[in-house]
Amino acid sequence: MSQGLRNAALFAGVGLLIVLTGFVQSWNTALVILNMGLVSAIMAIGVNLQWGFAGLFNVGVMGFVALGGLAAVLVAADPVPEAWSAGGARVMAGLVLGALTIAAAALFWARMAPGRARALGLVAILLVGFFAFRAVLDPGVAVIEAIDPAATGYLGGLGLPILLSWPAGGLLAAGAAWVIGKTALGLRSDYLAIATLGIAEIIIAVMKNEDWLSRGVKNVIGLPRPVPYEVDLQRSETFVARAAEFGLDPMTASGLWVKAAYGLLFAAVLLAIFVLAQLALHSPWGRMMRAIRDNETAAEAMGKNVTRRHLQVFILGSAICGIGGAMMTTLDGQLTPSSYQPLRFTFLVWVMVIVGGSGSNLGAVLGGFLIWFLWVQVEPMGQLLMSTLASGLPEGSDLRAHLLDSAAHVRLLTMGVILLLVLRFSPRGLIPE
Amino acid sequence: MDFLNALVALLNFVVVPATAYGAQLALGALGVTLVYGILRFSNFAHGDTMAFGTMATILFTWGLQAAGISLGPVPTALLALPAGIAAAALLVLGTDRAVYRFYRRRKANPVILVIVSMGVMFIYNGLVRLVIGPGDRNFDDGARFIFTVRDFREATGLDEGVGLRTSQAITVITAVIVVAVLFWFLNHTRTGKSMRAFSDNEDLALLSGINPERVVMVTWLIVAALATVAGVLYGLDKSFRPLTYFQLLLPIFAAAIVGGLGSPLGAIAGGFVIAFSEVTITYAWKKVLEYLLPQSLEPSGLVQLLSTDYKFAVSFMILVVVLLFRPTGLFRGKSV
Amino acid sequence: MSAGNGTGPYGGRGNNDASIVKPGSGSSTVAAGPGGDPRPARGTRPFLEGRGMTGGYGRGPDILHDCTIAVNPGEIAVIVGPNGAGKSTAMKAIFGMLDLRAGTVVLDGTDITALSPQDRVARGMGFVPQTGNIFTTMTVEENLEMGAFIRRDDIAPTMEQVYDLFPILRDKRRQQAGELSGGQRQQVAVGRALMTRPKVLMLDEPTAGVSPIVMDELFDRIIEVARTGLPVLMVEQNARQALEIADRGYVLVQGANAHTGTGPGLLADAEVRRSFLGG
Repeated sequence: MSQGLRNAALFAGVGLLIVLTGFVQSWNTALVILNMGLVSAIMAIGVNLQWGFAGLFNVGVMGFVALGGLAAVLVAADPVPEAWSAGGARVMAGLVLGALTIAAAALFWARMAPGRARALGLVAILLVGFFAFRAVLDPGVAVIEAIDPAATGYLGGLGLPILLSWPAGGLLAAGAAWVIGKTALGLRSDYLAIATLGIAEIIIAVMKNEDWLSRGVKNVIGLPRPVPYEVDLQRSETFVARAAEFGLDPMTASGLWVKAAYGLLFAAVLLAIFVLAQLALHSPWGRMMRAIRDNETAAEAMGKNVTRRHLQVFILGSAICGIGGAMMTTLDGQLTPSSYQPLRFTFLVWVMVIVGGSGSNLGAVLGGFLIWFLWVQVEPMGQLLMSTLASGLPEGSDLRAHLLDSAAHVRLLTMGVILLLVLRFSPRGLIPE
Repeated sequence: MDFLNALVALLNFVVVPATAYGAQLALGALGVTLVYGILRFSNFAHGDTMAFGTMATILFTWGLQAAGISLGPVPTALLALPAGIAAAALLVLGTDRAVYRFYRRRKANPVILVIVSMGVMFIYNGLVRLVIGPGDRNFDDGARFIFTVRDFREATGLDEGVGLRTSQAITVITAVIVVAVLFWFLNHTRTGKSMRAFSDNEDLALLSGINPERVVMVTWLIVAALATVAGVLYGLDKSFRPLTYFQLLLPIFAAAIVGGLGSPLGAIAGGFVIAFSEVTITYAWKKVLEYLLPQSLEPSGLVQLLSTDYKFAVSFMILVVVLLFRPTGLFRGKSV
Repeated sequence: MSAGNGTGPYGGRGNNDASIVKPGSGSSTVAAGPGGDPRPARGTRPFLEGRGMTGGYGRGPDILHDCTIAVNPGEIAVIVGPNGAGKSTAMKAIFGMLDLRAGTVVLDGTDITALSPQDRVARGMGFVPQTGNIFTTMTVEENLEMGAFIRRDDIAPTMEQVYDLFPILRDKRRQQAGELSGGQRQQVAVGRALMTRPKVLMLDEPTAGVSPIVMDELFDRIIEVARTGLPVLMVEQNARQALEIADRGYVLVQGANAHTGTGPGLLADAEVRRSFLGG
């Protein structure tokens, strides 16, 4: 079977799985899976860009995805004018001061001759800057968070259309990636892994705790949508009439219509990113990237600036993850910082990339759909398995209850087994590079 | 008197908790550093190995408790610890056999092994949640305190007091014993020396007739023991929750890298560096400063550098500073 | 130094008659030159011989072409040749570190061609690699202990003998080997290999990267080791000095035997001098 035919068959297979879900469970579920599959595919392309193209080991995907989510809030949420007038200026001043401190420290470090004086001076600048930053910021934060904490208690966003948050999420993630890349790239691969793991945790910690920015664990709900609301559709007579033509009641039809609209938007973005990633892969830049990945020393000896190239691809990949994150928050309509779990947002994306085939964009897309499908469907399967296991046990026994409770955790186990099996028996993935 | 009060407050809120936490991190980091030194990869499944060993210990503790066996003032978990270690040892040896050995034989790139360990992490994590659930488990029985803050205040007449929880004392004592035994083993036994030799120069160790499979097996046994002890001590001191153990990965790796990956001594030093930084930076210094400063200078705020929610940021910052300025760590670990 | 006749630390192994390994003994001169039989001409069978070796690393191209290297009991044999001639490769082939497509390796009358390097160590081959030949983070004494890892008997006497041979190591026994000077490290490396009480010692460029003075001292030590009756095979970059102490010399060119003879014989050979000793 030719490679193209094989790939087509693989995609058809995954498509069939989703269609089957539509018939067996519901079309609603199928569309939900499809939409998150599209987002997952985008994230997987981002990680594949870093790992597959350049061999960069980024386990901070969650952080970039979360930054995308934050962008959705900052761009699209309604601004809170009271909060801005009460403490906005102060918080902004604090942030500027913080940035200036870091810039001053960096400048000082670069200009001074190495020695004890330089180290002490650096520490002094950072300490003074930190306390000044806190002194300016903290009162502002306190005022903002005091304003109607049950409803707002934060600065809010810019109130712009939420579609703008997608590129904004990419930019935010790219900025964070630039900072991380500047420090951690050029170190060994394990160190980059630990550093990205850490930065992701910090980003989540900031989003959970800086209520003035993201409302923290109180969540931001009711973000605007790029597609119509179900209730509006149900009120529209033309829509109800069209739905009736297909034999659907308005409730179901509106749900499907909204999800399909999301799906179309996401598919357009995925297509654009995929085409760009393919072009990049086959451009001289992509060839050089892979040459660096395969033999860093040789590439360096040929005068390639390896660290610089790595920085580029790291930023690009992270930006794509950020776009995916903003899209996901748009789909959810809310930002819930406590829902960001590394197992779900970092390691699952890695499973997608490895299973799909590292180095292959098509593989990343396939892996995104397939693994997302399994992630969603393994839970009911586990439920089924567990209830079969438990059926022999007496009603009300502890073990029975325990078995039924733990079905949800079967999927972690399954993902681990899938990852190990693919690594062992098909290390190049379903669609090899 | 004020000075003494400040000192006692500092002991109670910073030194004692940080020492216990540091000991737990050090034991965890020792496991990571041993895997790195011998098997040459960063083991992302280490936090979940700790969780598995602790879970096994908790199950055995429940069994003992159900049988009415207890150690009096000392937690029953200590009695169940050997069984927990055995369970963890079986798990990691089985994993090595089924998973890691294949890649070792093919001399796979270390980063592949890291990804493999990610898969193992998923499996351990799922296993632990499947068996014991994702929730909090407190399995500390026995006496809560060796002496409480009030005991101390009454005995000394100071305004401030320092309390010592049983779990803290047990943590430190156990850690000292475990580390002493480990170092004796590494420095004075044939097998221990062969492990160091293997870590130092694998090719030459092979030439010297050192059996790599045996070295790897002994390493996993030690790692299982260290992980279980670290996990149980942490669980006794705080509480057991699978997600927390996964998150411990970051401070543990930070400790191992700060000390120098592959260096056991460095892992211990790194553990305490991370623990003390975390606690001092997230501690509200108001109380201590009130005793030390004249009234006019007394702080109005809490004087807390960072809120406790940012403790990850602390290990991370230290990690970044060390990586930037001394990439091989304090104790010159492997830089390759 | 304590390495006297017959009572040497490795007594009972190899040839005890130290007089035959005296450097510069001219009694066994073999006609040197291309086409000369590369095998030692002495009546005795060589103690270690790699015969007609052809092969390379993994699936790569052949580096050795029908190459023959042999060491007689109690002798020093030296492999020299220009850069890239396959000197180290020839030694690694004898030690089993690359796959031979043709040829055999015989140790003390037994065919060991199929054995792994580890098994060859157990059979009595001591090998000192060119780089990474000590455990840098371990003490000198621990390095020696690790050298004797396969032995289950008392290693203290052997360690004493090594210390007698390299007195500086006795003084530094508690120091980390990685802190020693280049020459001292090489002594640790040779000492480590001697701890297995090998029947033959193989050195891959023992003097690489050390100063001329240290090099002379190292050669003296190697002669002393050989005097105890232990046959020595070494690869050397410093061809002239090495051939001076060699009983047998092998000049390799492009993985094949080019010239073979006694050390002094080769030094005197006009062709050898012109082609690569620099006149």
